[in-house]
Amino acid sequence: MKFTVPIGPQHPALKEPISLRMTLEGEVIRDADIRLGYNHRGLEKLAEEKTWLQNIYVTERICGICSHSHATCYTQGVEKLMEIEPPKRGIYLRFLVAELERVHSHLLWLGVAGHEAGFDTFFMYTWRDREVVMDILEMVSGNRVHYAINTLGGVRRDIDDLQKKKILDSLDFLRRRSEFYFKIGANEPSFVARIAGVGRLSKEDALALCAVGPTARASDISQDVRKDDPYGMYAEVPFEVATATSCDVLGRVVVRVKELMQSYNIIEFLLKNLPDGPVAVRAPRRAKPNEVVSRYEAPRGENIHYIKSNGTDKPERLKVRAPTLANYPATVVMLRNGFIADIPLIFAAIDPCICCAERAVVLVDGRSGEEKIVLMSELRKQAHERWKKAPLKKDAVWPF
Amino acid sequence: MLQRIVRWSRKKSPWILHLNSGACNACDIEVVAALTPRFDVERLGVLLKATPRHADVIISTGPVTRQIKDRIIRIYEQTPEPKFVIAVGACAMSGCVYRGAYNIMGGLDQVIPVNIYVPGCPARPDAILDGVVKLLGTL
Repeated sequence: MKFTVPIGPQHPALKEPISLRMTLEGEVIRDADIRLGYNHRGLEKLAEEKTWLQNIYVTERICGICSHSHATCYTQGVEKLMEIEPPKRGIYLRFLVAELERVHSHLLWLGVAGHEAGFDTFFMYTWRDREVVMDILEMVSGNRVHYAINTLGGVRRDIDDLQKKKILDSLDFLRRRSEFYFKIGANEPSFVARIAGVGRLSKEDALALCAVGPTARASDISQDVRKDDPYGMYAEVPFEVATATSCDVLGRVVVRVKELMQSYNIIEFLLKNLPDGPVAVRAPRRAKPNEVVSRYEAPRGENIHYIKSNGTDKPERLKVRAPTLANYPATVVMLRNGFIADIPLIFAAIDPCICCAERAVVLVDGRSGEEKIVLMSELRKQAHERWKKAPLKKDAVWPF
Repeated sequence: MLQRIVRWSRKKSPWILHLNSGACNACDIEVVAALTPRFDVERLGVLLKATPRHADVIISTGPVTRQIKDRIIRIYEQTPEPKFVIAVGACAMSGCVYRGAYNIMGGLDQVIPVNIYVPGCPARPDAILDGVVKLLGTL
């Protein structure tokens, strides 16, 4: 007998609102259906009303964990549109923050994975060590989460020798801790037994379903935008793409710990080879009519921003493809034929960032569960009908 | 007498529910950071609960999106009396940067009553702790 279990939007295992519908046979998942839209805020539309500079603030707030990824991806694209080249020191500092963000995001994820596997000590350990990274980020940028260090044409703040030394000292501590995490499998066989073989995604499936980031790399696909299509100064930085061959949650843990080590090396390289000079150049207010696609390797995978300009000081269109959205089709395959107890673990393993992914418009009638695809013309007609009937609001204030 | 014991125990051990009402995740990781060793809100007796039926305090982050509005009201109704709501972050207070977006209600107090507001984008864990302590002080 088949049975459908709704999970979410508010569910203990999921930190963010998302709804999953699982079709079960006994305890085995036969099919999964992901319902989105609880976190949809309409940011792409909002971005069209703001100037190029204001939009850095908006894109940063697409997501709190990978805030620098979105802001950098956007800034890179706009700099290309405006045909300005940020100074080298500015680029180095920008990607120093980017790598620090990757470290904080991966430590956060390791903790969540430990928590979902029932290993809460691991969760507390990684989050304690994460505070060290947060302190560095606060020292470099002034903020803990939304760093606000990007500006058009460079970065907003410079670092001095004392800060450099402090970061290098903290790196030693973080390296030691990460090596400990890498060896934890040898000390904790129960943790490995819990995550090995769970959420299997073969290499063929990962390729066919266009998985990105650590999810793809754990399925033995060596894919990293930093290596394949180097942006910023990544062409001159020596690092390796971390992969794993086990194609399960264990592989995803290993890939992330390996990436932590690579990130420490990159941070050290950037600090030791930090060039002198200014950190930013002046950016013009307007951009010529053009369009650009900007790619960026966020902690969760490839992040793509499409930006179109029309000659004014505002973008005509901003389209964001966040890595989590690219990983949803793969998640459905991972969940299929798994056990219901593995759902949080598998779902956490793609490192879902719901708020990143939620900007696409999907029409779901939540109350009746009815789903329909509406033609754009039909939608427009409905909107006109409704607008005609709507009462005139005399005391309405423009919300700015 | 019984009332005093109930009040004392409520003050000493408030159980919280973390509710994401469309936030950008920044306040959420700061709420979780407040639970972890550096800040450790658990030493004040605060315990994170998974279901609204066990919770005394709802810690909510984010501007309220239209789709989650009904769910928030349902979750608020499921929480047993007396219940308290802490709105964490500038979005939960007023909508912050999302103000003017078509899918945003603009602030948690448009949907459910709020007891404490914690400002910041995102609010620091220390600020969240301060908010929780201030709420306990009013009991």
